[in-house]
Amino acid sequence: MNVRISAGEFTERSLEIIRDLKHLEGPMLPILHAIQAEFGYVPEEVKPVIASELNLSRAEVHGVVTFYHEFRDHPAGRHVLKLCRAEACQSMGSDRIADRARQMLGIDFHQTTLDGAVTLEAVYCLGLCACAPAAMLDGEVYGRVDEHCLSEIVAEVRR
Amino acid sequence: MTVTIFVPRDAAALALGVEKVAKAIAQEIEARGLDARIVRNGSRGMFWLEPLVEVRTEAGRIAYGPVKAGDVKGLFDAGFLTGGNHPLCLGLTKEIPFLRQQTRLTFSRCGVTDPLSLDDYRHYQGLKGLERAIAMTPAEIVRQVTDSGLRGRGGAGFPTGIKWKTVMDAAGPLKYIVCNADEGDSATFADRMIMEGDPFVLIEGMAIAGIATGATKGYVYIRSEYPHAIATMTEAVEIARTTGILGASVLGSAHAFDIEIRSGAGAYVCGEETSLLNSLEGKRGIVRAKPPLPALKGFLGRPTVVNNVISLASVPVIMDRGAEFYKNFGMGRSRGTIPIQIAGNVKYGGLYETAFGLSLGEIVDHIGGGTATGRPVKAVQVGGPLGAYFPRALFDTPFDYEAFAAKDGLIGHAGITVFDDTADMLKQARFAMEFCAIESCGKCTPCRIGSTRGVETADKIRQGIEPEKNKALLADLCNTMKFGSLCALGGFTPYPVMSAMTHFPQDFAPTPLIEAAE
Repeated sequence: MNVRISAGEFTERSLEIIRDLKHLEGPMLPILHAIQAEFGYVPEEVKPVIASELNLSRAEVHGVVTFYHEFRDHPAGRHVLKLCRAEACQSMGSDRIADRARQMLGIDFHQTTLDGAVTLEAVYCLGLCACAPAAMLDGEVYGRVDEHCLSEIVAEVRR
Repeated sequence: MTVTIFVPRDAAALALGVEKVAKAIAQEIEARGLDARIVRNGSRGMFWLEPLVEVRTEAGRIAYGPVKAGDVKGLFDAGFLTGGNHPLCLGLTKEIPFLRQQTRLTFSRCGVTDPLSLDDYRHYQGLKGLERAIAMTPAEIVRQVTDSGLRGRGGAGFPTGIKWKTVMDAAGPLKYIVCNADEGDSATFADRMIMEGDPFVLIEGMAIAGIATGATKGYVYIRSEYPHAIATMTEAVEIARTTGILGASVLGSAHAFDIEIRSGAGAYVCGEETSLLNSLEGKRGIVRAKPPLPALKGFLGRPTVVNNVISLASVPVIMDRGAEFYKNFGMGRSRGTIPIQIAGNVKYGGLYETAFGLSLGEIVDHIGGGTATGRPVKAVQVGGPLGAYFPRALFDTPFDYEAFAAKDGLIGHAGITVFDDTADMLKQARFAMEFCAIESCGKCTPCRIGSTRGVETADKIRQGIEPEKNKALLADLCNTMKFGSLCALGGFTPYPVMSAMTHFPQDFAPTPLIEAAE
């Protein structure tokens, strides 16, 4: 994801994506998801392209992108580790797991390790509340996360 | 004869390592040259037993769990393909008490079938409701749903039939059915389980809603935290299209109906219906003032039914078995069944579908078996992050919309989080405010600013700064948020905060100085 891409390439690739999806009713979120899937984040350069294609102002596009927790304004690490911080996981000690994860990775939530290996994120519920605490690593789900499981995940992302 | 082995594909089973188990089973079948096939079913909803593997025998399906990859060889050695005995054997699946005592209407197929097999779906009474609906007039369908007493399972509890009638009566060339699958409440996973375990029932429910109201297009707005549900629903819609359940002629009738799957982007507030509609339209997920009702001016300003997953998934059985059948379950004005989700620090966590009316104590102590840690239950939060914390003293409250409201709580989407005696209720109250601050859409002041002030005030109480004054301030703030907020996020955040403060005052008392000095 960290490959250098020129502004021109951003425009060209995002135009293809937008033109593929703009026929949808309410195409903005599908477009943003597709852009993030393509580039790993929503580049600043793409916002005016979306604005002009959807006949909106840049401010409106910026407003939508920044409203949702999911959309990034810069690339994430090679892996993204999401730890659930909601009540059901709290009741099973997720705060302790979160502290341990921060310690092991040396970063706080919403940060990426210096080697670019992993971004740590908080998530509020993965629907795995009867096997808490829960985590998600790049779309793979984990239940009943304990220190041992966490160490394995950390070893995995450091590889 | 080929033996069928059921290995779940539900996200919770995946989270507990089912893929390794499935792989090990496939390897054993291959290595031993056995005549057996693996079906990936949904989950039965007994998560302390997941991964739960079943084998179909002449006597019925026999369950084994929780199975680890390392157990697989031993299972085959014990002759598990014929239901052989093994320490992990749980006997006949349907006789497991947690399942046997349930009334599974909405979840009747979940965990039983291959979620993407239309043959399985039809074999277990699928599409019967839709077939009946096609033979009826829209008014008759709406009448049947109204008579069943079905109320919105998302949390608000609004009568589904009345909402449908408003849309049916609304004029307009284009109407929509929007399924709210933005299941963001902690302790809830019923929507996820049905979308992953029996997606056709939701499609069928939406098609019936479409026929009843004259809507021709449906959207399922699924939160992005549920990638497995999104994948399964997308595949199921594709199958429904190619088999004529969806499309220009629903099951060969004169009705057209199609469905599109949309993904959210990590905003809790989008579970609120007007915010969800804005998000679906591609805007910021900001709450709209009501009126106008979404039923009259919803998606793109057109008449729209916005229903929760479970509400829609309960419609097929109501159409198939009749309003009277469904209505005969439950109590008071809460009719039918409700999938209770027992979660958090609990011994037997999972999904328990039953008629309304069980007491909270029965659910937590008898069905849930108390805490997983074995410590005493201190509090249970019912209804997600906006639901009240109930102490043991209120465990006689029956599971019913009105009964919970009378105790200053709500059943919400029917999720229950159990906490043991190590829980710090001031911390939980602070978290409720913090969560509201993180997720507030920012449109109304009580929610946007009140939540942040709430966190600060809770911190002052913790630090022992004028505790009595700050407790009064926190209560006053809750009052302002409750009555001044535009939607349930700001309006209901006071429930967990006030209930924590009312029922657990000892946790809000300043830490004694001596203890602090130690």
